[in-house]
Amino acid sequence: MASKSKGTNQTTPAGNTTASGRPGNSTKLTGAEIIWATLEGEGVDVVFGYPGGAILPAYDALRKFPIRHVLVRHEQGAAHMADGYARASGRVGVCVATSGPGATNLVTGIATAMLDSVPIVCITGQVSSKVLGTDAFQEVDITGITLPVTKHNYVVTRADDVARTIREAFLVAKSGRPGPVLVDITKDAQQAAVEFDFAAAAPKPHRPHPMLKTESASIVAAAELIRNAKKPVILAGHGVLQSRAGAEVRTLAERMRIPVASTLLGLGGFPASHPLSLGMMGMHGEAWVNEAIQKADLLIACGMRFDDRVTGTLATYAPNAKKIHIEVDPAEINKNVKVDVALIGDLKEALDALLPHLAPRNEKTESAWVKEIEASKGVCAVRDIRNLPDSGHLYAAHVMHDLWRATEGKAIVVTDVGQHQMWEAQYYKHDEPRTLITSGGLGTMGFALPAAIGAKIACPDKEVWVVAGDGGFQMTAAELATAAQEELDLNIAIVNNGYLGMVRQWQEFFYEKNYQSTPLLSPDFVKLADAHGIRGTAVKTRAEVLPAVAEAQRHKGPFLINFLVEKEDSVYPMIPAGSALHEMIRRPNNPLVEMAHD
Amino acid sequence: MLHTFVALVEDKPGVLTRVASLFRRLNINIVSLTVGHSERVGVSRMTIVCDASPTAGHRIAASLYKLENVLEVDDVGQLSHVARELALIKVAATPKTRSMVFELVEVFRARIVDLAPESMMIEITGVESKIEGLIQVLNENGDRILEISRTGRMVMRRGQHTSRVLDAMRVPGVETAEDKIGDDGAAPSDLLMAEETGL
Repeated sequence: MASKSKGTNQTTPAGNTTASGRPGNSTKLTGAEIIWATLEGEGVDVVFGYPGGAILPAYDALRKFPIRHVLVRHEQGAAHMADGYARASGRVGVCVATSGPGATNLVTGIATAMLDSVPIVCITGQVSSKVLGTDAFQEVDITGITLPVTKHNYVVTRADDVARTIREAFLVAKSGRPGPVLVDITKDAQQAAVEFDFAAAAPKPHRPHPMLKTESASIVAAAELIRNAKKPVILAGHGVLQSRAGAEVRTLAERMRIPVASTLLGLGGFPASHPLSLGMMGMHGEAWVNEAIQKADLLIACGMRFDDRVTGTLATYAPNAKKIHIEVDPAEINKNVKVDVALIGDLKEALDALLPHLAPRNEKTESAWVKEIEASKGVCAVRDIRNLPDSGHLYAAHVMHDLWRATEGKAIVVTDVGQHQMWEAQYYKHDEPRTLITSGGLGTMGFALPAAIGAKIACPDKEVWVVAGDGGFQMTAAELATAAQEELDLNIAIVNNGYLGMVRQWQEFFYEKNYQSTPLLSPDFVKLADAHGIRGTAVKTRAEVLPAVAEAQRHKGPFLINFLVEKEDSVYPMIPAGSALHEMIRRPNNPLVEMAHD
Repeated sequence: MLHTFVALVEDKPGVLTRVASLFRRLNINIVSLTVGHSERVGVSRMTIVCDASPTAGHRIAASLYKLENVLEVDDVGQLSHVARELALIKVAATPKTRSMVFELVEVFRARIVDLAPESMMIEITGVESKIEGLIQVLNENGDRILEISRTGRMVMRRGQHTSRVLDAMRVPGVETAEDKIGDDGAAPSDLLMAEETGL
């Protein structure tokens, strides 16, 4: 078979054989068959989709190909599953939908992948080319709709173009800064039969962005800044994972004794347990992390884009720091933060070029700066909720901490969006890349469950946990049926506080506790799971947390835990939107939280 | 400030939308956009003039390049170039009032391309200020302008540069001398502009 190998989406030496086992030099296939044969040639063995009229020819042809189809319950789930699959595996995820509503339902998932630079290919059916533009049944201009949220998209109206277009879509999706690509294929293009030759449909090599620039003068300038810095900080972003540059970042940090702060999507790129790891920066980063950034004299931004959730107000961001920006997308340079040296190119390659210019740093300077950061932790660590005695309250932070302990930090955790997402980022220590999957840029509630299904299918041997709030979980809860039908060994933790918690927290801090439309009545999630044939249990006290997690781990098949946590707990510290990084709301001496010391 | 970009793009359906959509998304107003064939088969040439902050040029060019159908981008704003616009102007003119228009057309080196009992059509080529000058004088003379059709600016860099040579890209973070002056050492463009107005 052309490519049963899982490790890669690299172009296979197809041509040898196609899905149907015939010699691939030239065979007559329908456009529908060509879709699957091309996907198979690209190394795809699973797609997430939902059939419908305009994509029926493709579904009819699917049985001839060794590709697993996961039937979703809503097309948004299909896009998120492809996304979760891509993030967990580093390969390109594929989803399939029909025209019209099937296609529009993908949009949220496509935008999620776009904002987080995740390579997915979406294939949509389209009405026949003869009626394009006539408002035919289930016709929608999906390429027009998705234009701003895809890296690129295509309309295919001829069977002849199917193979070449899909192959090009894969190339575009994974090259440079990755992202989603949509291929819209008309019904008649699926039905017509034409010669198929996988190898001949190979796209032209992708032209690198012409403004990439990692010339030696910039490398030398960057090395000079790093050598002379007294208070440097590395900012590790999603690019560390995507460029597979974890080892290079670690070498840079260790050789020059530079502490590493991570963005939300960068967590796992640098081991959280490493002595030089500071943890997450930004809006809900620990105080000492953001203070270190504010005091730094050099920031080395590696594959991150200075998002507003990371910088706070730009006017006061890291005022004393020179900035080196290593980034694959030239349009990100100087977009939010003006930088002193830009290395525009693949992070791993740039670091490979930079590291030979750096001799190990003098230990004395290092210890002063690292000690200063250590000292600034002060009472923060004491106030940390993990250090508090069991008061009978169940805090989400406890749940995350215990989940981390029970899984030895090795699970893939897929989080939704909101308070639980931040608690997870704070208390689950990720040591390995691709073990945290979350919607960072778009902040898509409902992401966790479908993305976790994709992640579990990509990594069947890994323990996978969904961590979702009671609000977000209900947005895509229908995918429980998908998990049940696919018999996935998936663990689901719902952090249930009866509120749209993060919105409630903003209402508490900034809207005078006017809890407008945030209290939330939810179904009994354990019964909901039961209705799907999924085992579940509810947890109300801290003592029950570890036994419940252990039961979920032992159970083969999906398992749901409904953690009924403190209702009005907030995520601390917090930098209000538009404030400076050091102007954060610290953990309070809150009567709700019994303090250990002060 | 006005930025001028030349973009060579694939001549395919939807490419104009992708380019226009990029500016819409960046919330940048397009002042003019002209498209036509280039010297290469299957490649269209766009001249895009837009109003954006002085530092926006790099990001616009970098973003344009991210569009799969965009082949080359040249930010010609600061570089020595020739800019031209074509306008057709129809004015109300009777046999009695024609002579005044003829005079103006002579002064502006424009020409009359259509003559009807009630109207005349003027064709004028030049930089925007020249065209606007003619329109202004026509208005001041009380000649009734019936219609104006303008192509928008199209530009070409002076000298050896061809669209195949992409030395024009300037990446911030690394200051180069080219950022300040035209790389061919030509006179500042506003001087050239004045010289070209023909007035």
